[in-house]
Amino acid sequence: MNDMDLFPLYNSLRIAAASSVIVFFAGIFAAYKVAKMPRIVKGILDVILTLPMVLPPTVCGYFLLLLFGRRRPLGMFLEDLGIKLVMNWPGGISAAVVVSFPLMYRTARGAFESFDRDLAWAGQTLGLSNTWIFWRVRMRTCRQGILAGIVLAFARALGEYGATSMLIGYTPGRTATVSTTVYQLWRTNDESGAFFWVMVNLAISAVVLLAVNLLEKRNRSTKWRLK
Amino acid sequence: MALEVDIEKQLGPFHLRAAFSCESGFTGILGASGSGKSMTLKCIAGIEKPDRGSIVLDGRVLFDSEKKINLPPQKRHVGYLFQHYALFPGMTVRQNIMCGLHDVKDRQEREAQADAMMDMLQIRDIASLRPEALSGGQAQRTALGRILVNKPDLLMLDEPFSALDTHLRLKLQAELKELLGGYGKGIIMVTHDRDEAYRMCDRLGIMDRGQMQAVKEKKEMFAEPETRAAALLTGCKNIAEARKTGEREVYVPAWNIHLKTRETVRDGLQAVGIRAHSFRPDEKDNAYPVQIIRETEEPFEWIGEFRFDGQAPDTAPVWWRYPKELRQKKPPKKLGVPPADVLLLYE
Repeated sequence: MNDMDLFPLYNSLRIAAASSVIVFFAGIFAAYKVAKMPRIVKGILDVILTLPMVLPPTVCGYFLLLLFGRRRPLGMFLEDLGIKLVMNWPGGISAAVVVSFPLMYRTARGAFESFDRDLAWAGQTLGLSNTWIFWRVRMRTCRQGILAGIVLAFARALGEYGATSMLIGYTPGRTATVSTTVYQLWRTNDESGAFFWVMVNLAISAVVLLAVNLLEKRNRSTKWRLK
Repeated sequence: MALEVDIEKQLGPFHLRAAFSCESGFTGILGASGSGKSMTLKCIAGIEKPDRGSIVLDGRVLFDSEKKINLPPQKRHVGYLFQHYALFPGMTVRQNIMCGLHDVKDRQEREAQADAMMDMLQIRDIASLRPEALSGGQAQRTALGRILVNKPDLLMLDEPFSALDTHLRLKLQAELKELLGGYGKGIIMVTHDRDEAYRMCDRLGIMDRGQMQAVKEKKEMFAEPETRAAALLTGCKNIAEARKTGEREVYVPAWNIHLKTRETVRDGLQAVGIRAHSFRPDEKDNAYPVQIIRETEEPFEWIGEFRFDGQAPDTAPVWWRYPKELRQKKPPKKLGVPPADVLLLYE
């Protein structure tokens, strides 16, 4: 423990932070659009968008490799632009986005679906623009649900292992994340090192779940319906 | 103010067909729940899009399927008071009302107008409360204020009292009627409550399973409903099939009686309606022997259910309501109906 290298924590945090920003907007956009779709289209899109949540992360990693692999069209195109994803830390962002997106999408969709449409309509008949209504009324009314979604997605991104290890592997000081480090240290019989990172993981997860619970409780108590 | 509506919309098996016009003053649309009343309002507001037809307000075309005109709700200048008031959560009463003043650029002017509206509605003292802290009546006033500051060309009220406690309704109805008395534009109110419709409105239209029937003066609507749906919705308890037997006489097979009428019976008569209050023991016209089969006491009235002597056995009993002071020791042997109270129903 004397040469404590905190790189995995830093790497995990930057991957999770970047993926959360992407997932926040993508999740809200998808949730908003899907909530308005006709039922059949909604059902199909819902399955596709939620699939990464139930698939083994290694399968997601496999698909990501198919997409971004160095001999695949998209992978070659990105490499021409100077973006290297495979075996490189930004690849971790793509893995985290895919795996954590369903969490954001589903919580945001749940929040949007319980949103009282009368509120949006009332705004429209008052002459308020749809953009104003979206940000000031819809997002404000659903903010606890959306916040809970992004916290969950952040936590999931932080703990991502399967897809990440397939896409970016484990290179100390370059691609190592908290979760890949735990496995690597355990494999090399560094029990105390593994234990340290397990504790870091536990602490982060506990804080996140606490935050989600607090948010959900507040959400329930401020819900107002006239009887 | 003049509103011309002629629209059609198909929603699965439900077919909405509304053609009516209305002027300034209170127009009520009376209908059972699920009859398409709110959908009609939503079409006028631009929240829902009709399949065919046109909506014209003061010469302004809001919707015309042939000319492909469909103004967004923002451009229609139509106020919509929702059943649960739809106040924006997280905003105070004042902020909610200010939302209706987004067109006013000057902040001071905006605040002055909001204050004036709150004074008029007597909600200035709750200006800093949020929706969850408001009573039903306060929420209604706030929502109304938010609409009125926006100065719409037409005001629509969707079941405005259904979210309120019964004992509050009467008071708030009177207050709202007074408050909106000076409002020069047209007001359309949707309700399923005939008492509320009668109290609030000048004219009434009937909505029955998606079909809007002609708008009439409210007194005329109650005196001559003309259709079964209108008779039912205006509270007529006894409706039975009937056929014309004379210029001013009909026969009711289910009750096996002939009834004299005041109005001339037209061809195509389908049924007659008799309000529960119309039966009288001392009435000489249309008097027939009856048997009271059940009596129920209400706070200020009695309800008697009876059968005519010749009534078919598989038909429902007839309802009779009368004030307590008319109650006698023995139930009456005969009940009569003034010919003017026999409602002739053609549909």
